[in-house]
Amino acid sequence: MNLQINNLRTKAIAVCLIPLFLLLIDIAFDNLGANRIQALHTRLGDWSLRFLCLTLAVTPVQIITKWRGLSDYRQILGLYAFFYGTLHVLAYLMIDHGLVWQMISIDIIESPYIWVGLLAYIIVLLLALTSSKWAKKLMGKNWKRLHRLIYIAAIAAVMHYFWQLKGNLAEPFFYSIIAFFLLGFRILVWIKNRQLNKIKVLDDRQTITLAEEQGKMPETIHNSTKH
Amino acid sequence: MIIKSNKEIPASEITDPLIFKERRNIIKAALATMAAAVVDISPTWAEDNNSVWANLPKGDFSDDLLIPTPAESVKNYTNYYEFALNKQDPAKLAQNLRTDSWSVEISGEVEEPGNYYLEDILRQQTLQEHVYRFRCVEGWSMVVPWVGFSLAKLLKAVKPLSTARFVKFTAVHQPEIMPRQRSNAMLEWPYVEGLRIDEAMHPLTILAVGMYGDILPKQNGAPLRLVVPWKYGFKSIKAIVKIELLKKPPITSWSQFAPSEYGFYSNVNPAVAHPRWSQNSERQLGSSFFTPRRRTELFNGYGEQVASLYSGMDLRHFF
Repeated sequence: MNLQINNLRTKAIAVCLIPLFLLLIDIAFDNLGANRIQALHTRLGDWSLRFLCLTLAVTPVQIITKWRGLSDYRQILGLYAFFYGTLHVLAYLMIDHGLVWQMISIDIIESPYIWVGLLAYIIVLLLALTSSKWAKKLMGKNWKRLHRLIYIAAIAAVMHYFWQLKGNLAEPFFYSIIAFFLLGFRILVWIKNRQLNKIKVLDDRQTITLAEEQGKMPETIHNSTKH
Repeated sequence: MIIKSNKEIPASEITDPLIFKERRNIIKAALATMAAAVVDISPTWAEDNNSVWANLPKGDFSDDLLIPTPAESVKNYTNYYEFALNKQDPAKLAQNLRTDSWSVEISGEVEEPGNYYLEDILRQQTLQEHVYRFRCVEGWSMVVPWVGFSLAKLLKAVKPLSTARFVKFTAVHQPEIMPRQRSNAMLEWPYVEGLRIDEAMHPLTILAVGMYGDILPKQNGAPLRLVVPWKYGFKSIKAIVKIELLKKPPITSWSQFAPSEYGFYSNVNPAVAHPRWSQNSERQLGSSFFTPRRRTELFNGYGEQVASLYSGMDLRHFF
C-alpha cells in the first residue's frame, strides 16, 4: 500500500516536469516563434501560475469529492509553482536582460506589473522554504498563518499577468475567473464553518441551561454559575 | 607540418557588404533566369528570387548599417487586432482581405480632394527602399526594409490648404472578413490614427506598399500602410482607405481606448515609461538566447532628424 502511494508520488513528480520537457523540445527545434525569448519567458510564467491554481484547487476538490489522499500532492504542486516561477525569474534576469543590472533595476523600478509579480514570487519562495513537515512542526500555528498568503500570491500573479498586456485580456481573464472561484469557495467554506461554530456554541449553551434546570451539571460548572 | 598563421585579413580584402549583396543579387538573378528557362518555377522560389522590387534606390534616411530582421519573423508576429488579439493568427486570417482595385479617399483641407486609385498614386510616386527601425509600445522591436514613398509628396500633390494642421488616417472596415471588427472587440472600428501636419510632411514619414523587396503581405498592412519610424508601432496604421487633412487633432483609436496610456504623439522615448511598464529597453525580434535587450533610443534613434519638431515641448506631458 505504502509502496503504491510512493510510486504515485514519483509519477506525479515526473508528470509535472512534462511542460519543461516540451519547452526544451521547442527551444531545440526553434518552435518558439518570432519573439522566442518572450515566448520562453511567458511559458515559464504561465506554468507557475497554473501550478499555483492547482495547489489552491486541492482543498476544494478534496471537500467536494471527499477524497482525502489528494492533500499529499499539495506540497508537490506548490513546489512546482515555485520551480517554474524560479525559472521564469531566472529567464528574465539572465536571458532577457543578460544580467545587465542597471537595465534590470530601471525596468523593475518603472514597471508596476513587475512589482506585483515580485510580490507573488517572494510569497511562493517563503512557502517553498517552509514547505517541509519539519518546518510545519517547528512553526506551529504560524505555519498556517504564513501559508494562507498563497491567496495573496495568486491574486498578485493574476494581476502581474493582466498588467503587462497592451490589450489582449482573454487569457488573464480566464485565470482571474479561476482564482475568483477558488477564493470564493474558500470564503464560502469559512462562512459556513463560522455559522456551524455559532450553532454549536448555541447548542452547548442550551445543553448547559437545560442541564442546570435539571440539576445535573457537574460540580465545577454548577459552582461557577451559582446565583 | 601545419603552419598556423595569425595574420589578419587586411581591411582592404574584406568585401564591402554592399558589393557582397550586389554580387549575391546578380547571382540570384542569374540563377532565377536559368531556373525559369529550365523548369516551371514554384511560387516559393519565385517569391524568394524574383522579388518585385529587387534593387530599388535607398531612401535618404535608410540606414545601411541596420541588419534587417528575418522576414519570416516580421511576417508572423503582427498586431492586427481587426483579425486577432494574438500575434500569430493574423498571418493566416488576413489572407481573406480584399486588396484589389484599392482606392484612397483624400479629403478635408485640400485643394484637390478625391478618391484616388492606388495604381494611379503609385504611377506618380517614386518607390524607394527604407531600412528603418520599428519599435512597438509593448517593448519589442525590429528592423524592416520597407518599400514606399514619401507621404509629403502625396499630400503636396493634392495641395493642402494653409488651414490643414493635422492628418487623420482611417483603416479599412471589412467586418465580414475581419472577425474582431465583427465582434466589436477592444477598440472602436475602423482603426484611426493621426499626425501633426509637420510630422506627416517630414521626409522620414512614408507610405509603404512593400517590404523585403516584395509586395506588402496582407498581415503587415497591405496594400498601403503608414510608417513613422520615430513613433511607437501602433501609429503606423495599416490598410489605409482614407486620409483627411484637418484643422483639429483627430481622436485616435488607442488614445480613445486608454487615454492615460497611449497619447497622441507616442514618440519612442526611453525616459517616459508607460504607466504599467518601462520603455527603457527593447527585445529585438529574431535575436538569439544570448543577446540581451537593446537600450531604447530617444525618437527610436531618429532624434537628429525629428527632435526639432518637438523643441520646447514637455515630452512627459505630450507623451
